Amino acid sequence: MAARTAELTEHVAEVRGLARELGGRQVLAGVDLAIRRGEFVALLGRSGSGKSTLLRAMAGLDNDVEGKIEISGTAAIAFQEPRLIPWKRVLANIGLGLRGDVPLERARAALAEVGLDERADDWPLTLSGGEAQRVSLARALVREPALLLLDEPFSALDALTRISVHNLVLDLWVRHRPGVLLVTHDVDEALLLADRVLVLDDGRIVHETVVDLDRPRDRLDLTAPRASILDRLGVISEEPA
Amino acid sequence: MRPVRHADGRPPIKRLLSPLALIAAWQLASVIGLLPEQLLAAPSAVAATGWDLVVSGTLPEALAVSLQRVVLGFTAGAVAGIGLALVAGLSKIGEHAVDPPIQMLRAVPLFGLIPLFILWFGIEETPKVVLLAIGVALPLYINTFAGIRGVDAKLGEVAAVLKLRRAELIRHIVLPGALPQLLVGLRQSLGIGWLALIVAEQINASAGLGHMINDAREFLRTDVIVVGLLVYCVLGLLTDSLVRLLERRALTWRRGLLS
Ligand SMILES: Nc1ncnc2c1ncn2[C@@H]1O[C@H](COP(=O)(O)OP(=O)(O)OP(=O)(O)O)[C@@H](O)[C@H]1O
Ligand SMILES: [Mg+2]
Repeated sequence: MAARTAELTEHVAEVRGLARELGGRQVLAGVDLAIRRGEFVALLGRSGSGKSTLLRAMAGLDNDVEGKIEISGTAAIAFQEPRLIPWKRVLANIGLGLRGDVPLERARAALAEVGLDERADDWPLTLSGGEAQRVSLARALVREPALLLLDEPFSALDALTRISVHNLVLDLWVRHRPGVLLVTHDVDEALLLADRVLVLDDGRIVHETVVDLDRPRDRLDLTAPRASILDRLGVISEEPA
Repeated sequence: MRPVRHADGRPPIKRLLSPLALIAAWQLASVIGLLPEQLLAAPSAVAATGWDLVVSGTLPEALAVSLQRVVLGFTAGAVAGIGLALVAGLSKIGEHAVDPPIQMLRAVPLFGLIPLFILWFGIEETPKVVLLAIGVALPLYINTFAGIRGVDAKLGEVAAVLKLRRAELIRHIVLPGALPQLLVGLRQSLGIGWLALIVAEQINASAGLGHMINDAREFLRTDVIVVGLLVYCVLGLLTDSLVRLLERRALTWRRGLLS
């Protein structure tokens, strides 16, 4: 049974011994991880290694996991696909379920933060893939979560937009300081953004690299950790370590 | 298949030629006596009779009676069909309670119920309205139920992470998600509804369009029969375009996808 309690610790998320079987396969087999307040953690792993499964469990969407999940405060998730509600205009999508004062104004501010204020009254189906992902990001951020779960939010972006959205996410992170767990396939992306990079394989966290470099980072400084992570992922690195 | 249309929404002239030719041939056949009036009145006679029926008040009166049946039956059927679909769609218990009896009712031929209805409700307005209501309720129920169950489970997860309350989930996700399918049901309902009206009005009607047509048959007034049929046609087309209008307004969010 997964226990979800919201007690105050120095961690915004603590996961211990998380296990999940799917379709007769042990997708997660005892995942341990902790995310500190305001820490940016990237999660790498092969396709099918269970990254989305882990995030869904941490978002409280999976009732059939075993192990312990503790989240202090609110968690928000941006799914792998943007999952906007097609019959709600962009602004209404962001404001949906928002409680407290002036929800629509806060939604509008969040939309402005991702640079899409002029699309407030458009239908989601008219957005490009990247725009939709930014709206989905705004929808997660506007809830001012203590923990922000991002499931490959850059996957639908071209290389150029990707760089600007990287900066956007870093910007938003600096401004709101949520703990972030970012799932990605891209080792460079993980190293450019995160304080710590984890590798998920065989249902466990098998590797951890702490990236103790100031941002913005230079790709050249990342050669050594990149090689060791690629090695961990079972890829032969073509660059010298 | 839809007929070819110009950008302005009107069928091209070419498509009007053959119907006009048919009407002309019909008129000619009547004039030269090939088509006796007892079998089918000439188009000109139909037009004149139509005008007379309007002016004399016969047609408006009959229409008013029929429309009242439609409004009553349709409203009752729509409320029942959509209401039951909500009950069945929104909970497993509701589904087990509501769905099996409705599936059984669906297997019964609608018009086969008429003798029972006459025994139960007599021959006045009630059996006609009930027949119409059932005809309308079934397609609406089936489609709305399927629509509710067909709402993407991924959007349900979105609702969960956004911490929507159950009422909000239903209002913002489930109902709008089911709306396209509901409108499909509405179209089918209207189709069956008009048919049910026409059949129901053959049950000893003492007023209404069906009565007007039955009366005309006894006096071999084929012109009146054709006028009655045309009125049914126009009513059917009218409600169909009403639904289309409704679809266009309610489903604007899809336009991005379609255009
Ligand atoms: N409902 C399910 N039933 C059976 N197997 C499932 C189900 N959902 C996921 N899986 C399997 O669990 C494994 C992990 O899936 P998951 O979506 O977590 O992978 P992922 O690491 O996010 O992959 P990707 O990088 O491609 O998004 C996959 O092998 C997938 O096929
Ligand atoms: Mg995934």
